Amino acid sequence: MSSRTFVALCFLPLAIFTLAFLALPLVRLILASGEGEAGWAIYLEILQKPRYLSTLIQTVVISVLVTIAALAVSTTAGLFLVRNRFPGRGVLLSILTLPLAFPGVVVGFMIILLGGRQGLINQITPGHVVFAYSAFGLFLGYLYFSIPRVLLTVMAAAEKIDPALEEAALTLGASPYRIVCDVLLPALMPAMIAAGAIAFATAMGAFGTAFTLATNIDVLPMVIYTEFTLSANIAMASALSVILGLVTWAMLLIARSFAGGTVAAGG
Amino acid sequence: MLKSPAKILQLAVTLIACAFLLVPTLQSVLAGVTVNYFQGVKSGLTLKWIWEVWDLYSSSIFLSIWLAFCCLICTLLIGVPAAYALARNPGRMSRVLEEFISLPLAVPGLALALALLQVYGSVQGFRVHWSFILVGHVLYTMPFMVRSVLSVMAAIDLKTLEEGAASLGAPAWRRFIDIAVPNAMPGVLAGSLTVVTLSIGEFNLTWMLHTPFLKTLPVGLADSYASMRLEIASAYTLVFFIMIVPLLMAMQWASARAQRILK
Repeated sequence: MSSRTFVALCFLPLAIFTLAFLALPLVRLILASGEGEAGWAIYLEILQKPRYLSTLIQTVVISVLVTIAALAVSTTAGLFLVRNRFPGRGVLLSILTLPLAFPGVVVGFMIILLGGRQGLINQITPGHVVFAYSAFGLFLGYLYFSIPRVLLTVMAAAEKIDPALEEAALTLGASPYRIVCDVLLPALMPAMIAAGAIAFATAMGAFGTAFTLATNIDVLPMVIYTEFTLSANIAMASALSVILGLVTWAMLLIARSFAGGTVAAGG
Repeated sequence: MLKSPAKILQLAVTLIACAFLLVPTLQSVLAGVTVNYFQGVKSGLTLKWIWEVWDLYSSSIFLSIWLAFCCLICTLLIGVPAAYALARNPGRMSRVLEEFISLPLAVPGLALALALLQVYGSVQGFRVHWSFILVGHVLYTMPFMVRSVLSVMAAIDLKTLEEGAASLGAPAWRRFIDIAVPNAMPGVLAGSLTVVTLSIGEFNLTWMLHTPFLKTLPVGLADSYASMRLEIASAYTLVFFIMIVPLLMAMQWASARAQRILK
């Protein structure tokens, strides 16, 4: 057997698996979205029916807010952890990356423990403070799993910044504020765009967390789920899935073009 | 260290973020071993809830371990040779193929599950078999295995190593088994740990693909959050933490080790 044939054989199992369980189902999903009563006009319908349009807008707004918050928190913490060595640094880093392995449902439960009826906040504050099942609870849940992903991307980039740049700025008399704005943030910008795109895509597609928390809130994954299981509106569920998939895929393409490698999506 | 107000602010943000992530985790651990969470720790500590979780959900725990094991075997058998093929033929075509098999990273699990259900949902024996969930897990974890192995294979000088082996008369399959795979071991290890960790925690695909008789650990978790008392839900989460945290740490260690080879 020639070397060329062997290499081709090596790729064969993956080619068969991908064709059968990825390519074929995705084509079917796209076709199924056009098989409803409305045909391909179903995509127009999404933009015209207030229920779907408001869901889309709501999901995008929450995801944008989560992205901004996660970038602010993780960039601050990431820069601090890269620039300072102190006892306990490793522990802090472990805590901040711990939720990487949590499924979305577990993240949802964490928010219930914080802001549910038996939650910590309700116990230590006077009055009745329950926010786990509101849009704010969902925001906190998404933030919970976004912080570690953004942190890792930003820290990897921050470690590559030459400390000499900051020192040069200092000797030239720049204030700490100017160093952040003129030296650190421009150097971190590609990583921040990449991390932001990952956070946005993950928040858009987060099903597990929404499943636990969003009993009263219409976010895209939950609407897809209810259209499919409760209404059996397969065409609409497929069309919304196609839109969701296209958005998250485009986001991760942006992320990869700014910084190679992506951190596991999910949640 | 804390010379300026800016540093103190940075430290404060870091600590608040840590508290936000850690406090509910600790609450969950505590609630899982407390007699009555509403009364607090003063009601006493107990392992009663853990045993109850074992009675109720041990089958879901074993199913998840079994699925993770099978998923690892599948990604190893399919992913490692594929990564080798991609490493041997670097170029535009390989990039496109790699991009395509990475789609499950970008497309949410819910959408993938809907797509799978529409093609294979009506195949009766397959739909209710655990291998249907396995397909979803393999689909989702495959890109991690391929990329992890491929990045190491691309970094080592595979061509020279293979030419040496070929000049000594080693056939193509021997070069793969004796040269390529052993040299890519750090990538294989990092990929394997990632696959197992992700498979055990996978929910988004599994929730759509599972049947009432095939509940995985995270599906059982969702079930307990919805219908069980807080102590049992917490105890179950605690069991999950005990399984996943060592795996996560091993995965981070192995990835850092593989990264060092790339430099």
